[in-house]
Amino acid sequence: MKVIYTDNNATTKVADEVIEEMVPYLGQFYGNPSSMHTFGDQVGKKIKAARQQVADLINADPDEIVFTSCGTESDNSAIFSALNAHPDRKQIITSTVEHPAILNLFKFLRDKKGYDAVFVPVDKQGHLDTDMLYNSLSDNTAVVSLMWANNETGVIFPIPEIAKKVTEKGILFHTDAVQAAGKIPIDAKAANVDMLALSGHKIHAPKGIGVLYVKKGLKFHPYLIGGHQEKGRRGGTENTVSIIGLGRACELAAAHLPVMDKEVRQLRDYLQDQLLEKIPGVSVNGDLENRLPNTLSIGFDAVEGESILMLLDKEGICASSGSACTSGSLDPSHVLLAMEVPFKSAHGTIRFSLSHYNTREEMDHIVATMVPAIEKLRAMSPFWKDGKMV
Amino acid sequence: MWDYTEKVKEHFLHPRNVGELEDANAIGETGSLNCGDALKLFLKVNENERIIDASFMTFGCASAVASSSALTEIIKGMTLDEAAKVTNDDIADYLGGLPKEKMHCSVMGKAALKKAIANYRGVQILEKPGELVCECFEVTDLEIIDAVKENNLETTEDVTDYLKAGGGCGKCLDRIEEVIASVKAKG
Ligand SMILES: Cc1ncc(COP(=O)(O)O)c(C=O)c1O
Ligand code: FES
Repeated sequence: MKVIYTDNNATTKVADEVIEEMVPYLGQFYGNPSSMHTFGDQVGKKIKAARQQVADLINADPDEIVFTSCGTESDNSAIFSALNAHPDRKQIITSTVEHPAILNLFKFLRDKKGYDAVFVPVDKQGHLDTDMLYNSLSDNTAVVSLMWANNETGVIFPIPEIAKKVTEKGILFHTDAVQAAGKIPIDAKAANVDMLALSGHKIHAPKGIGVLYVKKGLKFHPYLIGGHQEKGRRGGTENTVSIIGLGRACELAAAHLPVMDKEVRQLRDYLQDQLLEKIPGVSVNGDLENRLPNTLSIGFDAVEGESILMLLDKEGICASSGSACTSGSLDPSHVLLAMEVPFKSAHGTIRFSLSHYNTREEMDHIVATMVPAIEKLRAMSPFWKDGKMV
Repeated sequence: MWDYTEKVKEHFLHPRNVGELEDANAIGETGSLNCGDALKLFLKVNENERIIDASFMTFGCASAVASSSALTEIIKGMTLDEAAKVTNDDIADYLGGLPKEKMHCSVMGKAALKKAIANYRGVQILEKPGELVCECFEVTDLEIIDAVKENNLETTEDVTDYLKAGGGCGKCLDRIEEVIASVKAKG
């Protein structure tokens, strides 16, 4: 069966160009980039080039790029570095809709390390309550960490504006840009952020490679203490193959930004409009304007997400749900709950996240599968009768 | 992805006895939209207290639908006394087993059946007797005690798997622990 992959916020296909770039370094060129011989140094040169490619995607200097093992490591190291920079400050601020890489870290710091963690709420559209954020800032604030774009809804926070206000007060600002990178333009310099996290597998590079941008001049406290790699900011022999792949992926991502903004956005809007038109009792979650061009979080009244996913899976369609049943937790996603999405549609929320590999035919196939799937599930739902919720 | 048996998948994709039963004379409802799953069970019982037809309407995940479908197949043809003895394990076994975290789907089937039988016999089951332990999923201490005894549950995770209690905000976990301990203490 042909797979229709619309789960690109979970992970992405490794681009053929990326694989091609990596293969020689997986086999033939296995040298250590730090070695004092030409054989190792040719890998070192390649990594230098990759560092430049990554820096170019987010308008950074190559020196500001630290390679890590994943987005989660980047997020964790950023926060720990900030805390080490200000051991006297005990307040940390984030939002209620972060990825677990930040959310659970903040809960850990609150519960086990005695930090005063502030979780700034969002409104029904997923916008951050910036008034509350600004009012919470104080001399005691060690770091503010906010995601650039939300993985579930695609809602974009106004990071440049927020970072300016936060850093003006002498408070460190980190942003989790794992979902934003490659989908919308990111200018780390102009945004005034101190640190910024990326992850390779969300932008058509392999899994297990991440980046932490560390602003020039910022004193960084390493999380992995070891060798001199990454200028002492992250010990451990480099994941050479993946770094080289990530470099190429960043170059491709930069070239594809206009495609994301136009073609992928049109495909997403087409899918959204078709589903809204052909199925009653449907609502889109999050701000429709300030949203990643590839993401559609859409709730179907009176049906449950896992059931929808199973019917999609039967047709080879890959998507995710905001429902409890798929994740092993029992409540719907914390993001939808924070946005006060009503239970009637939160349990039946599906996230489609597209890439430039998707086609219009695939969108048509998804719609043609969704229409009877929702009908079938509603025919057995005790909460749906005569075309509406009961 | 959940490790569902072929039987679970088959009953989800082709559920038996779906829909309202026009001439049902016993109905049992359990769950809610907020909790993420709900089941409405319809029975047609003849003058000899035999279930001559059964149907269901379910909102929930694949295993909730499959459990409901299995339940209706199991009880059709049984007398109410026989049906009253059906356990949540019987429902899970009929499907070749359920993932542990999904046992609450079979418990939901059992609960709806109990209510439908009471409904036919005109017995009032006091709505949610006992003291409320889990607010998120509206589960009382008596329900936890029953589930612990019937299924030999040991830990709070077991209780969450079977009743969902504790699986939301988690603030009731200490109280669940106490209830389990009290059951074990009594032997
Ligand atoms: C917003 C966000 N932050 C962080 C991560 C974690 O990235 P990784 O899987 O590379 O650790 C993800 C990926 O799921 C994400 O969506
Ligand atoms: S009260 Fe039990 S999980 Fe929230």
